[in-house]
Amino acid sequence: MSGGGDHHTVSFVQTVRAALVLSRREQVSLLAVALIFGAAALLPVFNTGYWLSIGVSIAMFTVLATSWTLFSGPTNYIALSTAAFFGIGMYIVGGGLPYLPFPALVAVAAITGALFAAVVGLATLRISGVYFVIFTLGLAELVRQVVAWAQHVMGTSSGLYVLIGMSDQAMYWLLLGVAALVYLVGWFIGRSRLGFALRIIGNDEVVAVHSGINTARAKVVLFVISSSFAAVTGALVAPRWSYVEPSIAFSPFLSFEVVIMALLGGVHRLWGPLVGVIPFTLLWEFISAKFPAQTTLLLGACFLLIVYFIPRGVVGLIEDTVRQLRRRKSDNG
Amino acid sequence: MADAGAAAMAVNGVTKRFGGLVAVDNMSFQLARNEVLGLIGPNGSGKTTMLNLISGALKPSAGTILLEGEDISASAPSRIATRGVARTFQIVRMVPTLAVLYNVAARGAFAHGRGWGRELREHALGLLQRVGLQGAGDASVATLTYIDQKRVELARALAAEPKILLLDEWLAGLNPTELRTGIALIEKIRAEGRTIVIVEHVMDAIRSLCDRCVVMNSGAKIAEGTPREVLADAEVIRAYLGDDDLGDDLGAADA
Repeated sequence: MSGGGDHHTVSFVQTVRAALVLSRREQVSLLAVALIFGAAALLPVFNTGYWLSIGVSIAMFTVLATSWTLFSGPTNYIALSTAAFFGIGMYIVGGGLPYLPFPALVAVAAITGALFAAVVGLATLRISGVYFVIFTLGLAELVRQVVAWAQHVMGTSSGLYVLIGMSDQAMYWLLLGVAALVYLVGWFIGRSRLGFALRIIGNDEVVAVHSGINTARAKVVLFVISSSFAAVTGALVAPRWSYVEPSIAFSPFLSFEVVIMALLGGVHRLWGPLVGVIPFTLLWEFISAKFPAQTTLLLGACFLLIVYFIPRGVVGLIEDTVRQLRRRKSDNG
Repeated sequence: MADAGAAAMAVNGVTKRFGGLVAVDNMSFQLARNEVLGLIGPNGSGKTTMLNLISGALKPSAGTILLEGEDISASAPSRIATRGVARTFQIVRMVPTLAVLYNVAARGAFAHGRGWGRELREHALGLLQRVGLQGAGDASVATLTYIDQKRVELARALAAEPKILLLDEWLAGLNPTELRTGIALIEKIRAEGRTIVIVEHVMDAIRSLCDRCVVMNSGAKIAEGTPREVLADAEVIRAYLGDDDLGDDLGAADA
C-alpha cells in the first residue's frame, strides 16, 4: 500500500474493526453491558412485589422485541408471528409438564419453535411486503384454532394448568439470562458475514442476489433464530399464568405489542428495542390500571403516533440529535 | 465437463416470452475467453433482457446458457453470481446505508465465499484504487457523483474476480468529459484480460472497446461480426434508422 492509502486504511480500520478483534471501544461497551445486566439482576434484592413483576414483564418483552428485531430490523419484514411461537412454547410447557421436567420442556420449545419457523420461513419468505405481514398474522390464528380444535377432539378442557411453583425472582433471572443470550447472538450476527448479508438484503435484494447472497437462506436462518427465542420465552413465562388457554397463549395483541415496542425504540441498533420496551411497559401498566376498557384503542393510537412521528424510533431521534449537535460544534469551532 | 477449449459462455437458442411478447427470440452466440463482446441494438431490442437471462434475474422460456460448458440457465441468480458472472445495472444500484467500501466488499464477501475481515478489506481497497476511487472508502454513496457511483458498481462487480463481466449501459448518463474517463477505465479493465459483455448505445465505446458485436433487433440477432462490419451492415443501419435519426455517426448516448 502506498503512503497515500494509509490514512484511508486507518479510518476504515476504525469502522470495520468489529469484524476482526475486539476494539477498545467494544471492550468498554461489553463491560458496560455486563455491569448493566449485573445491576438489573439485583432488582429482586430490593423489591419482590410490584416492581419485580414489572421487571419480569420488561425482561420478557426485551427478549421478544430484541429477537424480533434480529430478523425484522435488517430485512424490513414485519413479522406478526411472535404470538404463534410464544403460544407454542407455552403449550409445550402446559402439555408436557406431566411427562418431562421443566428445563427439558424449554429445550423442546426452542427446538420445536426453530423447526416450525424453518418450515414456515421456507414457505413464506419468498413472498414479500404486505403479504408476508398478513401471513404471519394469520399464522398465530391458525395455530390457535388448531390447538383449540385438538383440545376439543381430545375432549379435554379448553386450557391447561401449569402448576409448578416458580417464583417471580427465578423467572426474572431466567428471562434476564435469555436476554443476555439474545444480545450475544445479535452481536455475533452483526459482525458476521450473515449480518453483512442481511444489511444488503434489507437495502436492495437485487444487489444482494447478484452479489452471490442466498437471500432465502439468510432470511430463514434469522427467522428461525428469532422465532425460537419467542418459543423459549413462552415456555419460560408459562408458569406465570398457571392456567393456559389458546386465547391467552396466541393473543395477536402480543405480536402487536412487540412490534410497537421495537419500533418505538428503534430497529437499527441491537439495544434499540430496549429503549422502547422500558417506557412502553411502564406506560402500559399505567394505562391498563386506569383505562382497562380502552387498552386496544390506546394501543392503536400509540402505534399510529410512533409510526408517524418517530419512524426511526427513539434511537434514531437520539442519533439525529447527536449528529446535529456535533455539526453545530464543528461549525462553531 | 468444461475443457480448456470450451467457450467462456455459449448462448444456445435462448428465447424469453412475457405472455405473448417475445422479448428475446432464439438468440445464439458464443463468448471466447478474454473477448469483449458488444451487445447492441435499438431501444427495446431485448439487450437488457438478454443480460438478465445470463445473470439469472430472468429464466429463459427455451434454450440453454452454458458457462464454461456447464448449464446455468436454471440456476438461481445468487448461484450464477458465485459461479463467476458479475454485472452492473442500467440504473445504478447502491446500498445507500453502507459506506463505499462496504458496497464494494459485498460481492467479494459472498461471491468469493472466503474473504472476510482484513483480507476482504485489502481486496476492496485495491479495487477502489483500480477504478480510481482511492480514498473514498469511508464516504457515503449518496455523496458521490454519478460517475463515481458507477465506479463503485464496477468495483463491486470486479470483486471476486468474475469469469464474465456484464456491463449494462455502464456509460449511459455520463457527460462528454466523464464519457472519455469512463471509456478509458473500461479499456483499462479490458487490458487486464477480462471476458466482458457490453450492452451500450455509445458507438465510440463500441468501436474502441469491442472485439466483436452481436446486433439485436426485436429480440432476434440480425448481425454478428467486428464493430466495423456490423455497423456497415445494411440491416443494422435500417434497424437503427427506423428507430431514430442517428444517421451514420451513431455517436450520442441514447438512454
